[in-house]
Amino acid sequence: MDLRLSQEQEMIRDGVTRFVRDDYEFATRRIGAVSDLGFREEVWQQFADLGWLGAALPEEYGGFGGSAIETMILMEAFGRGLVLEPYLWSVVLGGALLQQGATSAHKEQVLPEISSGKARIAFAFAEPGSRFNLAHIGMTAKKDGDGYRLNGNKTVVYYAASAEYLIGSARLGGAKTDREGIALFLLPSDAKGITRRDYATQDDQRASEIIFKDVQVDAAALFKCGDDALPVIENAIDVATAAICADAVGAMGALREMTLEYLKTRKQFGRAIGEFQVLQHRMAEMFILEEEARSMALRAALMLDAPAPARKKAVSAAKSLIARAGRQIGQEAVQMHGGMGMTHELSVGHYFKRLTMIGSMFGDGDFHRKRFAAL
Amino acid sequence: MDINDSVEGAKFRTEVREFVAANLPADIKRKVDGGLRLEKDDYVRWQRVLFDKGWIAPGWPTEFGGTGWEPLQRHIFEEECALGSAPAVISFGVNMVAPVIIEFGNDAQKEKYLPRILSSEDWWCQGYSEPGSGSDLASLQCKAVRDGDDYIVTGQKTWTTLAQYADMIFCLVRTDNSGKKQQGISFLLIDMKSPGITVRPIRTFDGSAEINEVHLEDVRVPVENLVGEEHMGWTYAKFLLGHERVGIAQVARSKKQMQRLKMIANTELVDGEPLLSQPEFAAKIADVEIGLIALEMTELRILSDESAGKAPGPESSILKIRGTEIQQGITELLIEAIGYDAHPWVPAAAIDGRNEPPIGSDYAASIAPHYFNWRKASIYGGSNEIQKNIIAKMVLGL
Repeated sequence: MDLRLSQEQEMIRDGVTRFVRDDYEFATRRIGAVSDLGFREEVWQQFADLGWLGAALPEEYGGFGGSAIETMILMEAFGRGLVLEPYLWSVVLGGALLQQGATSAHKEQVLPEISSGKARIAFAFAEPGSRFNLAHIGMTAKKDGDGYRLNGNKTVVYYAASAEYLIGSARLGGAKTDREGIALFLLPSDAKGITRRDYATQDDQRASEIIFKDVQVDAAALFKCGDDALPVIENAIDVATAAICADAVGAMGALREMTLEYLKTRKQFGRAIGEFQVLQHRMAEMFILEEEARSMALRAALMLDAPAPARKKAVSAAKSLIARAGRQIGQEAVQMHGGMGMTHELSVGHYFKRLTMIGSMFGDGDFHRKRFAAL
Repeated sequence: MDINDSVEGAKFRTEVREFVAANLPADIKRKVDGGLRLEKDDYVRWQRVLFDKGWIAPGWPTEFGGTGWEPLQRHIFEEECALGSAPAVISFGVNMVAPVIIEFGNDAQKEKYLPRILSSEDWWCQGYSEPGSGSDLASLQCKAVRDGDDYIVTGQKTWTTLAQYADMIFCLVRTDNSGKKQQGISFLLIDMKSPGITVRPIRTFDGSAEINEVHLEDVRVPVENLVGEEHMGWTYAKFLLGHERVGIAQVARSKKQMQRLKMIANTELVDGEPLLSQPEFAAKIADVEIGLIALEMTELRILSDESAGKAPGPESSILKIRGTEIQQGITELLIEAIGYDAHPWVPAAAIDGRNEPPIGSDYAASIAPHYFNWRKASIYGGSNEIQKNIIAKMVLGL
């Protein structure tokens, strides 16, 4: 066992921490949050130039060959700054799907575009009524000439409007929740027959409802099918779940620091409220929860290469704990800030909302506790 | 980074596992597995096995008989001992007073006491708490007055675990009353056979009598038994408490208990189905197990920092708080798991070699007393509320 960062990893950590602190203040972030795109294109390009988009992608496709630890480091810092750019969706989730599932032609075409910042991916997996079941797929793919015809609805597809590529899960056969008969397709996001309803999410991110109506794709668009498709999806979602756990840890750290600072400066009854033991103990509990969350996010990242059952168990343990810890830390931070915590002006409420959305992303605490217990 | 054992780590793990399997006496293993009461002789026999192997004091420097293991190696050792059903090494000597003697004691004290601690010749107990000084430990009043080459010690210690077995007690005593309460405390090593010492057992509500009152009445203690400097005892006490908190997480023992809980929950039936398959119960087990995983990973992070030269800081209070919450959580689920079988109070059934047949399942007799007894865990070693004070003050700066 070795839990030390390498020198290269420490450099990435220092760089991204500095970036978030100096170039991504809450006021600057707002420029992206209120824009049509939902983030800033020039920041995305900056990520590319700094090597972050390719940090965890293989060298043969223009990346730097890093591991899940590089992803964890970046995501924790992004969480700390409530970074809006769709790193999780395009690089982490899209990258994992392509690496695990795509043909080499697709990898050669798309991965270099991802790591250079030329293109982005969105993954359309959730459907109305699917909840967190990745195998619950009603979208159909019917053989049509040399290609396929896609029909179905996808819900809350993050950052679809700013993506050049869509990956969609669809059903070649079988019943709605069968583990078999699933296929993954890679297609341009502006393919004929796709309609989108775009919106902002509670935490200033962007997502879309997507309707696929008789969308024609050629045979090469199919990149994974048969018994392999669901394991590829599950693996990629686990990779993304580990990343969002680190994201949450960053947000928790920021909230803890802000709340601590507030406790030290806010005066009532003639003294700093942090002198009251009832708040000290709640603050200590917040600190413990954050450290537990950090331990679990690290462990999830380190276990991503383990065999599937061990990987799933580690990721679910982490997500279950982090969903619960995130809720408690968020609520406590607002409570201890008093009325100020309720304002739009202060960033506290924005972190609270982000942690709430992360709580149910890729499965909520109960879902993951159940998956953990079943393994 | 790598979460797996290194090649040497894996080799060492196998070595420890094989050693425990081959050398742990079968009767002791049976008692540990069944949650039955361990006697003094059981602890001492196992400690002597470890002593003969040179493994009794993993945390000590090699020059005094330690193993020289890295923190992560110690973690593997603890884990394999616990998973192999070995009893815990009693901390008071090896893990509590010895580090203080090594750090602050003089050569004569090191030569006299350390070998006897290693060989389990001396059983130590801890004289910290007093009737009026629990969480506010520094308010302690047991006083030591200098008289020639002796101190004369008068006062009372309480909650003294296993003092009935002890040959020696390390005591915090008041040598000065003039300044702040933390000043004027000294650290004395006292022979339990000294005239004027009386040990009275305190029965606890689980039915055991493992804690005691220790009364000291004009007890003469040679000045050579003072550790470090007079009036500096508070510093040594805090040093010791820091050491105590690291081991207090008891990750490996909780893992073992978790295995036992699952075994029992898989045996107990609800309308013909294993209790373990009931969603409500499975969820409760999962919550504790997830907490245990987080605790272990947090401990590994702290050990990793320690390997890099960082001494364990006040963050180790996390380990005390969460470690004891998890231990207590498991005892709670154990008593829930066995339903009515927890009700019969048959003390003899919790002793190995009993003549009475058990009531209900074989594993039931010790479960309720264990749950009762383990309420102590969030109180001893600095209550969990005190640990939160430590985090608030020392880590968060409140």
